[in-house]
Amino acid sequence: MALRTKSQDMGMHTEQLSGRTQQRFFTPAEEQNFTYPEAFDVDFNKRAELDCGPLAPRDVNLKIRDLMSKGYGTIVLKNPGAKHSLAVGILNKLNLHIEGSLGYFGCGLIDGPNIRIKGRVGWSCAENMLAGTIVIEKNAGSTFGAALRGGDLVCMGDVGARMGIDMKGGTIIVGGRCGAFCGFMMQRGRMVVLGDAGKNLGDSMYDGTIYVGGKIDGLGVDAVPGEMTDLDVSWLSRKLKMYGLEAPKGVKNMQKIVAGKQLWNYDNLEPTEKKLIL
Amino acid sequence: MIHRHGKTGDIGTEMTAMLQSLKHRGPDSTGYALYGKPLKGNELMLRFKVAEQDEMLKGFKIHDQVKERRNEVDKRIKELGGRILETTDATEYAFRYRIDYAGDRRKLADFIEDVEGAEILSMGHGLELVKDLGDAARVAEQYHLKGFTGTHALGHTRMATESDVDIRSAHPYWAYPFADVSVVHNGQLTNYWNGRRALERRGHRFMSNCDSELIAVYLADKMQQGAELKDAMTDSIDELDGVFTYLVATSDSLGMAKDVMAAKPMVLYESEKFICLASEEVAIRSVFPHEIDTFDPYEGEVRVWKSA
Repeated sequence: MALRTKSQDMGMHTEQLSGRTQQRFFTPAEEQNFTYPEAFDVDFNKRAELDCGPLAPRDVNLKIRDLMSKGYGTIVLKNPGAKHSLAVGILNKLNLHIEGSLGYFGCGLIDGPNIRIKGRVGWSCAENMLAGTIVIEKNAGSTFGAALRGGDLVCMGDVGARMGIDMKGGTIIVGGRCGAFCGFMMQRGRMVVLGDAGKNLGDSMYDGTIYVGGKIDGLGVDAVPGEMTDLDVSWLSRKLKMYGLEAPKGVKNMQKIVAGKQLWNYDNLEPTEKKLIL
Repeated sequence: MIHRHGKTGDIGTEMTAMLQSLKHRGPDSTGYALYGKPLKGNELMLRFKVAEQDEMLKGFKIHDQVKERRNEVDKRIKELGGRILETTDATEYAFRYRIDYAGDRRKLADFIEDVEGAEILSMGHGLELVKDLGDAARVAEQYHLKGFTGTHALGHTRMATESDVDIRSAHPYWAYPFADVSVVHNGQLTNYWNGRRALERRGHRFMSNCDSELIAVYLADKMQQGAELKDAMTDSIDELDGVFTYLVATSDSLGMAKDVMAAKPMVLYESEKFICLASEEVAIRSVFPHEIDTFDPYEGEVRVWKSA
């Protein structure tokens, strides 16, 4: 018999969990789940600047790590020059300001930092991000937030194709439009597009929710329209307000896309939501 | 890249900077399609080679053979009524000729390429195609491209995946024998052989087994039938199968097309004066180190810009 959970009563998801997906693999009481034993103790008021111009990406990443080990909690990267793989693998609390654009794989594999990028980002920004926030002030390339697992990933401008491919959690917010195949094989998490979405939106999505403020070129396989609930509206209003964004026609008029559940599906709760409910 | 409103720039240096910043994508070979000031009347700029780079290191008699082959090319140009106005030795085996020729370009091209080892890289009123093995810095120095003034250019640095590491398989591709049409391409065409067969039946010939050459010939064939460049490119989105992003240049235009899967990268900077496109933003940053707005074109998107 399917178990009706508190999260379902709260409208956080509608799926009928069964079999293996009922496993409890997350214990909110275990504080160590949220930090790494080797994480540096940083002070957000301690600030450093780093000129990326003459440095190779590997050296920039090592310098960031070195500065964190010295307690710097606010780091400013200058002249990133669209270099690839900058600010990756940061498993620490950190305020990181990037004054320019990133190339491919920027801010990938991170868990914890809050990052603001003044320029644009190339392909696969924030791939496998686990926690923290990233705000990009301009546009983003394809596979934005690929395999995202947690945290908030926000692009104020337009995003390329296959955003949130294989997404496993977290939230992606796009101020502009997005390309084709966004949400492809999405398994969990939420995606918000305030502008238009390309074709094959949510193709083969297992679970998760996509909200679109503009026109949708076409839905992919097993992606179907969902019904906007009061909880959706309140969640969207709160999230968008956090980043100073607004839905062009109001959040109530956004389209909601969910999985048709003809494919296998997973638990779609965020760790923070689990903590709230359990 | 393309300078708009009839402006020109040092496209040789600009393109070298862009290509060198993308060296990590593949250093096997580098190619340039540079569009200089258009020649007048029946004048054509001919770029050709009579040997491959590695041939020069192996053959016992290759240096004499290169001279013989070049003399034969000269003879054949004259035999078909052409006049050689100016010659430059780009390398020992690659040459740049300004010729005056009013006849059939295909006939001339076929006749030259009938010479052993000879291959025409380009023949046009504005286009000069340069490609060789090695990275951009090496090729630019070898062919003296610094200071090359023109309106627009394409470039490519290549890691060979589906054809050989030789000059013949390097990009850009000239749409033989159409003047001034060149293409660079990132991707794979899955209907290459069917498309090639159809074009060969229409009388076109292919110099390589590289799928990128098909795009050049396909577009030139469409334009020969009267299609506008943009219309030909729009048709290509439906008729060419696979994942691809390509750039095409003609004597006065630069165009980009991206297939419906949008699986190959392209970043675009567009301003009133200058258009710059690349697989990675880092190449655009080599021309514009300061902050600018760039974006990715979307699936199935076709854009064309004019130089004038």
